[in-house]
Amino acid sequence: MKLLTGNDLNTGLVTWWTGKDWSIHIEDAVDVGEDGETIAAAEELARRINGPYVIGGELTAEGPRPAHIKDRIRALGPTVRVDLTLKPNDPSAAERVI
Amino acid sequence: MYQYDQYDQAMVDARVAEFADQVKRRLSGDMTEDQFKPLRLMNGLYLQLHAYMLRVAIPYGTLSSKQMHMLAHIARKYDRDYGHFTTRQNLQFNWIKLDDTPEILTDLASVEMHAIQTSGNCIRNISSDQFAGAAADEITDPRPWAELLRQWSSFHPEFSYLPRKFKICVIAAQEDRAAMRLHDIGIQIIEKDGVHGAAVYAGGGMGRTPMIAPLIKEFVPLEDLLSYLEACLRVYNRYGRRDNMYKARIKILIHEIGADSYRAQVEEEFAQVKALGIDPPRAEFDRIAAFFAMPDLDANASDDLDLSHKDFALWVGQNVAKHKAAGHAIVTISLKPIEGIPGDATSAQMDLMADLALQYSHDELRITHAQNVVLPHVRKADLFAVWEKLVAAGLATPNLDLITDMIACPGLDYCSLANARSIPVAQKIADRFADLDRQRDLGELKLKISGCINACGHHHAGHIGILGVDKKGKENYQLSFGGSGAQDVSIANITGPGFDEDGVVDAIERATDKYLAERRDGERFIDTYRRIGMAPFKEAIYG
Repeated sequence: MKLLTGNDLNTGLVTWWTGKDWSIHIEDAVDVGEDGETIAAAEELARRINGPYVIGGELTAEGPRPAHIKDRIRALGPTVRVDLTLKPNDPSAAERVI
Repeated sequence: MYQYDQYDQAMVDARVAEFADQVKRRLSGDMTEDQFKPLRLMNGLYLQLHAYMLRVAIPYGTLSSKQMHMLAHIARKYDRDYGHFTTRQNLQFNWIKLDDTPEILTDLASVEMHAIQTSGNCIRNISSDQFAGAAADEITDPRPWAELLRQWSSFHPEFSYLPRKFKICVIAAQEDRAAMRLHDIGIQIIEKDGVHGAAVYAGGGMGRTPMIAPLIKEFVPLEDLLSYLEACLRVYNRYGRRDNMYKARIKILIHEIGADSYRAQVEEEFAQVKALGIDPPRAEFDRIAAFFAMPDLDANASDDLDLSHKDFALWVGQNVAKHKAAGHAIVTISLKPIEGIPGDATSAQMDLMADLALQYSHDELRITHAQNVVLPHVRKADLFAVWEKLVAAGLATPNLDLITDMIACPGLDYCSLANARSIPVAQKIADRFADLDRQRDLGELKLKISGCINACGHHHAGHIGILGVDKKGKENYQLSFGGSGAQDVSIANITGPGFDEDGVVDAIERATDKYLAERRDGERFIDTYRRIGMAPFKEAIYG
């Protein structure tokens, strides 16, 4: 699958394209197929996203999983500060992204 | 400490106002990211892996308690209650919102701080010896010269768009505590026939092509220093490669044309530049230097120290250095607790360090390139009280210059350039070598970790260096031995094939075991490595 990601213009937080909007939770991300670049251009123009780009990934039982470790860390947060991630109550979340 | 005059303050305030308007225009859509990016970078605002990151300049690593309190305030109010002290003696906030930035910069400006020139192809924050003004082995305080260079390089119209970023370091002691020769220009203030001058080195650096700066001029009279540096920069600005960012640093230029040719061109340029009158009159330098006068230390302070408390004695032995004044000492606060993140401090810890500086260190703190914090002027009689407060705050780890006092860049946990994580490796090494007796037995051992070839973690200069790389989507760690950023400067050599995260920790343990088996009296790890070479270590590591 292909995922569209970027950073929120104001907060800078990592966000994922949900099909109609952006979410900080990768679980909400959808497969953009071949439309990623088109959506990215329109959303950037509308100032809803900063630096969007398309990445590869796969659909797992837990939801979309980026192919590259960098994007998996982006999706979670710093692996060394679980309290600052999107899953602060899941101590094994960091291990799963590696 | 230096205090802004009306020009300093006016320039910083004007920049804050200008950037506030730029942020507003970006958020309203009047500016694209392509237009805005160079502007935010000029103000130290990066977009990193998880959010915007603001890098705050700490000139030559010197801070007042008021300034440290402000950093704590910003961490608490605008970030996630912590900051990261960097290998450039700066501080980074990792979770900044764009629309908060003007307010943050206004807060910083209120205590004479900013984030200008902490990014971009300009002259960056001037770095220096963290013990400056207090060190027993210095011939003078290098900070007045560092401050002069700060003023000269701030908004320098000719050097705002150099081929690449440019880093300058000034020291004035025999012991190099600032990795001086691994800078684009390294300046060592020396004495010759009773007169102070500057030995100028140029073309050092780390990154993908590590180089030790050669000596360009043995003795530059200090009254010519700015003109000489202006000439050095002009030659670089004229001939530095702008067509290839990997070959754009001054080290590549000097390597390619040779130090002799570079020196000759600088001399030619200097002859022109000197006539321009760039060097300030002595009175102006004296005005700046007066801000760095030794504080009013207790002339009756005693050298006696009760070391009957075992843990206190261990801390004193490891983290306290000799001060130039009797009855005083220099305290280094380790930001490397065993389970911590190298260089990170919470807002509460920053506040505590600020309070300690105000109460016990004449209102001064320093940041080290090894990501620790220094209280430069502490009465020996106050050391126990300082230590007790540091213990209570988790800041009294007695590991300065030991294997667990690691430099580590933020790595792939925070940095968009990184290929591998640095912090978890640092934590695993710290955990493996946590026993203090074992660390002390190993002695001075500088271990430095970078998460990519840009080498912010100074791995080339580590007695043991680790470079994180991406190997087919997996984190992999190259090990190297024999580097040093000190006066015995050297570039580390790669041991061989890399390791995974656990494997590199095992390999380091096998190497330190080999060192213990081979060392002679008084030898540090690096001394033994230099004597016996890589082969025995490779055999120990790879079998």
